[in-house]
Amino acid sequence: MLRLGDDRLVLGHRLSEWCGHGPILEEDIALANIALDLIGQANLYLKLAGETEGNGRSEDTLAYFRDAVEYRNVQIVELPNGDYAFTIARQFLFDVFSFHVLEQLQGSAHRELAGIAGKGFKEVRYHVRHSSEWLVRLGDGTDESHARAQKAVNDLWRFTGEMFEADDIDREIVSAGIGADVGAIKPKWDGVVKDVLGRATLDVPSDTFMMTGGRKGRHTEYLGHMLSEMQIVARSYPGAEW
Amino acid sequence: MSSTVTKEAILEILSEVKDPELPMIDVVELGIVRDVVLDAEGIHVDVTPTYSGCPAMQVIEREIVYMLNSHGFENVTVHTIFSPPWTTDWLSEATRRKLRDHGIAPPYLAAQAGSDIGELVSLRRARPAVECPFCGSPNTEEKSEFGSTACKAIHYCNNCHQPFDHFKAF
Repeated sequence: MLRLGDDRLVLGHRLSEWCGHGPILEEDIALANIALDLIGQANLYLKLAGETEGNGRSEDTLAYFRDAVEYRNVQIVELPNGDYAFTIARQFLFDVFSFHVLEQLQGSAHRELAGIAGKGFKEVRYHVRHSSEWLVRLGDGTDESHARAQKAVNDLWRFTGEMFEADDIDREIVSAGIGADVGAIKPKWDGVVKDVLGRATLDVPSDTFMMTGGRKGRHTEYLGHMLSEMQIVARSYPGAEW
Repeated sequence: MSSTVTKEAILEILSEVKDPELPMIDVVELGIVRDVVLDAEGIHVDVTPTYSGCPAMQVIEREIVYMLNSHGFENVTVHTIFSPPWTTDWLSEATRRKLRDHGIAPPYLAAQAGSDIGELVSLRRARPAVECPFCGSPNTEEKSEFGSTACKAIHYCNNCHQPFDHFKAF
């Protein structure tokens, strides 16, 4: 639950950084909307994570009073936004993953988790539609947009393997009928990504080296910077209400 | 609490709570009030969120408590339930008409929004025509799936040349 929440909280925050900087008004609104969905989903997962843990940590405590090493998100979501092609490519690669995770979780034996996932699944349909359409437009667009989209996919590729890593915790919750089986999602993800990259006239990178560690709290230097900005108000004025 | 209070009477009061982003419709019509239970402890209202991140939800929950308090009901609790997820299919025909009267095209059936990923990622997928709420023409196009609020998309009518909001099928 912490993993589900952290992936969405960090990515939602990254997207929110586009607010006021979007390339066109509609995209500014689109990214802000998607950010809102993701942060809303994160809110629900983190609340559930706090309740399950039973130590009285609320969703706000989990979001604002943990350091980078306590975050359990995959590294791809914490990378800086880069140009628009990079943001879109990152979003697409994550959205396809998220689509399949939430599709599975709808059938989770944990009823509340299944309910939250069912809600998020409806939202991720819009997200994946948006990011795939834009990736095709950028890839199959001008020479400049094609080059930028290809560079984005190449730079992001080594961060994709981590989404499909399963550790003991994953195996335990999969066998309990609660969690999503990321191993089973990998071939589906491969198929959709290959299909869309093909239509975007982009090459599927061939590198096999993959980054790892996010789920264990090992992050890129970027997460700490992002959290310091995201958490500063809550940490400066603990318990503040407005 | 008086035993004469009925669930219907409470729903009637709750119909005074409007959606802050769509003030022409109330929370009962919107389908986010799932149930009202009256017992010895007071009034329990089950609500369901529309979109996970919809900022209107917190306002609505506060408003529900406030509205019932101001009608003299003191012990009000609001529970959030997630399953089955809210869908625009729960909007009644009368509610759809209200949206249309206010220049917002009502949603088509949610199933038509699609949930097969192969279809979702295809630029050429067919989508149901959205009728212009002003002139009724089906000759409209989507400008952006993301509008002023999470639940609305921006469309344009090629017939009467009016931009309009579409309440997305969800």
